Amino acid sequence: MAERPGSEFMLISNLEVIPDRRVVKHLGLVQGSSVRAKHVGRDIMASIKNLFGGELVGYTELLSESREEAMERLTAQATAVGANAVLNVRFSTSSVAQGAAEIYVYGTAVILE
Amino acid sequence: MIFQIIIFLVLMVAGYLIGSYLERRHYRSIIQREAQYRNVVAVASRQLPDDGAEYTQRLVTGNVTVSVDYFKRFLATLHNIFGGRITSYESLLDRARREAILRMKAEAAALKSPLVLNVKYETASVYKGSGNGIGSVEVLAYGTAMIPKASNHGV
Repeated sequence: MAERPGSEFMLISNLEVIPDRRVVKHLGLVQGSSVRAKHVGRDIMASIKNLFGGELVGYTELLSESREEAMERLTAQATAVGANAVLNVRFSTSSVAQGAAEIYVYGTAVILE
Repeated sequence: MIFQIIIFLVLMVAGYLIGSYLERRHYRSIIQREAQYRNVVAVASRQLPDDGAEYTQRLVTGNVTVSVDYFKRFLATLHNIFGGRITSYESLLDRARREAILRMKAEAAALKSPLVLNVKYETASVYKGSGNGIGSVEVLAYGTAMIPKASNHGV
């Protein structure tokens, strides 16, 4: 998740206060969400791996992909309101169905000096 | 009926052998990488130590999905009847949390950051096994990597 496209000038952090930088303007809450599922083959692989334990690589990938997508939407929203930073970012995960998960990212859009 | 019992026993034995082998291997790798990333400090504090250095910030994350094996799940079902500590799930969550932190630290180390502030965990049960038991858990660890400005020229 290190190099996100379009986020070069957008500072995203889960700190409330960035050391040595003052918040000029608060622009309110911005958010991004993403619901994804893997194809059946991955689900079958995961249920087999579920018998023997260990990491379910397919699901790890699935969740980090959807987190990246949610972050892109958050960044797009923050860009739209004219922010240059999103502070106090939080993640939230909920499983909506077997093999599908909703990822929700939210934070406060601000303009830093 | 007999066929079902045989399948159950095979899954128990295979789950126990493969599952404990995978867990031992995972723990070895965790301990080895924990030593490797000891120079990256991850703290839950939100305040920067006042050392006068200037930093840029970047959100770093690490996530992992780990599952328990068939044998441990059966053991947990038994524990559910008699109560008490379910050690098989304790080790599952311990592995998941430590692995997530290590992946987050690896991302921070790639950015040449010595410090990650405001570390938060997020745990979700993503794949339910049969019945109500947890099949597997996903753990996400995230925080703000502080990147010293001096080493930032190459980035």
